[in-house]
Amino acid sequence: MKWLKDLFDSQKKHFEKGGKFERFYPLYEANRTLFFIPGHTAPSRPHVRDGLDLKRLMSFVIIALLPHFFFGVYNAGYFANLNSGLPLDLVSVMQRGFVIVLPLVIVSYGVGLFWEGLFSVIRKHAISEGFLVTGLLYPLILPPTLPLWQAAVGITFGVIIGKEVFGGTGKNLVNPALTARAFVFFAYPVTMSGDSVWIASKAGATHVADAVSGATALAVSAAAAGPAPVEQSLAKAGFTLKTLFWGMYPGCIGETSTFLCIIGALFLCLTGIASYRIIVGGIIGVLAMGLFLNFIAQPSSSPYMSLNPLYHLVMGGVAFGITYMATDPVTGPGMNRSKWIYGFFIGVLTVIIRIFNPAYPEGAMLAILFMNMFAPLFDYIEIKVKLKKRIPNV
Amino acid sequence: MEHLFNILFVSIFPGNILLSYFLGMCSFVAVSRNMSTATGLGIAVVFVMTITNPVNWLVYHYLLAPGALAWAGLPHVDLSFLKFLTFIAVIAAMVQSVEMIIDTFSPALYTALGVFLPLIAVNCAILGAALFMVERDYTLMESVVYGFGSGVGWMLAIVTMSALRFKMRYSDVPKGLQGFGITMIVSGLLAMTFMLFSGMAV
Repeated sequence: MKWLKDLFDSQKKHFEKGGKFERFYPLYEANRTLFFIPGHTAPSRPHVRDGLDLKRLMSFVIIALLPHFFFGVYNAGYFANLNSGLPLDLVSVMQRGFVIVLPLVIVSYGVGLFWEGLFSVIRKHAISEGFLVTGLLYPLILPPTLPLWQAAVGITFGVIIGKEVFGGTGKNLVNPALTARAFVFFAYPVTMSGDSVWIASKAGATHVADAVSGATALAVSAAAAGPAPVEQSLAKAGFTLKTLFWGMYPGCIGETSTFLCIIGALFLCLTGIASYRIIVGGIIGVLAMGLFLNFIAQPSSSPYMSLNPLYHLVMGGVAFGITYMATDPVTGPGMNRSKWIYGFFIGVLTVIIRIFNPAYPEGAMLAILFMNMFAPLFDYIEIKVKLKKRIPNV
Repeated sequence: MEHLFNILFVSIFPGNILLSYFLGMCSFVAVSRNMSTATGLGIAVVFVMTITNPVNWLVYHYLLAPGALAWAGLPHVDLSFLKFLTFIAVIAAMVQSVEMIIDTFSPALYTALGVFLPLIAVNCAILGAALFMVERDYTLMESVVYGFGSGVGWMLAIVTMSALRFKMRYSDVPKGLQGFGITMIVSGLLAMTFMLFSGMAV
């Protein structure tokens, strides 16, 4: 690797103060630190317990997301082929999946990095690894059929309004990937929700009618009426607890498998990146609200209220959201007790929106964004409470 | 009872007077810089709204509405064109009394609120709530609940905003956006997240 280091070192003088490309130093630095650990040290005495820096933190999240990516590719390809009557062997499914998913990932990274680069050059801050996570999270929470230009508009909004106007990674208030998705969701509802956006089919291929129902588990549950329990309607549509847990059903690209979310959550908690308090709080919130609604449900009320709370955990994007978005250390609260409350309310609000808001089938995205906004307030109150308990200085 | 609870819920969350009708923005942007003044002003708004709404209801239904003067033997008089003027006057009188009460009981809060307390008199959220109450044909009890709910919604928004701005002291906002600009962007994001509740009713 000597030649690589020599290459960077020989180009360095052009990018340093007074060099030809002084303005583009962030771009140089970003490329160099992809290969080499930066040599500079902190100017003031650091108070750290671990050498965990932004780079390792973000890289671990990406490692945790990769299984979701590959499973999402397989899942999208499988249902696209099933719907178009094409062969279902591993190679052709993966091929189809990559054709569907890769353009979204490339657009997300390409457009996002363009804005990130532009801002870092003008505002002279370093290009942060944080974007690598945002750029991968964002396509994983999109439906596979989303037009690429809409994905580009979304990530533009997410990166600029969600992050860069606040000064870049670590200074933002809302999760950029979720902000991007929320923007697309409100701006282009037709391509973001409904029954027909979850399965991409090959253009021109004969559509095998009724091979797969396009309705999601959430839509089926919301539409369920009459005395039969929702579980039965779900089973009729092909959604058993087992299918929902393993994730072989159409949905947003990366969110379907609860199993992979559990693995990712364990990995992130054990490496000290995600806070287990937020994750456990979220799970408790979903189950508690589900049980509470079971308890108060009457024969006349919607059968959705009587749904087994475990279903709420495995349906839709709540597992993915709690694992990867709610635990964002920047936009979540910092105090331990606030983390429990924050996670708990995300779970509660998700279930409330699913059942009581007729406008949105899924609540995880907006619940997390909403709690992002309240995280600083929780921290503020928690600090006030802690200060009150202290013995005042005499 | 459920109906009143519904009005309360709708006026706090889906129909938040600040984040979905964008009324009362001026004091929201100016006072949210500091948590304690934001809380103080929030409480003042809740208080003023809860009182002025029913008083305005009485004034409207016994003096201004078409046919309201029937009790004085003038059933054909319609003074409803005076409602803007009268409502403002009632609100201003109420704010004056609240100011005197705060001055007596909490001089610290009075100094902290400074010029913003008299400004409540022209806070569009309060006039807006009174006008919505007329438009939606609320009863007296409903108008009390609606006034209280709108006030709480406004307070929730300003307290949240002030916590967000407290966190944003670590942010590195571009020069042109500092102050009002970034506050408007954050209010927009806050309003977007409040769309969580849109379309919901108890």
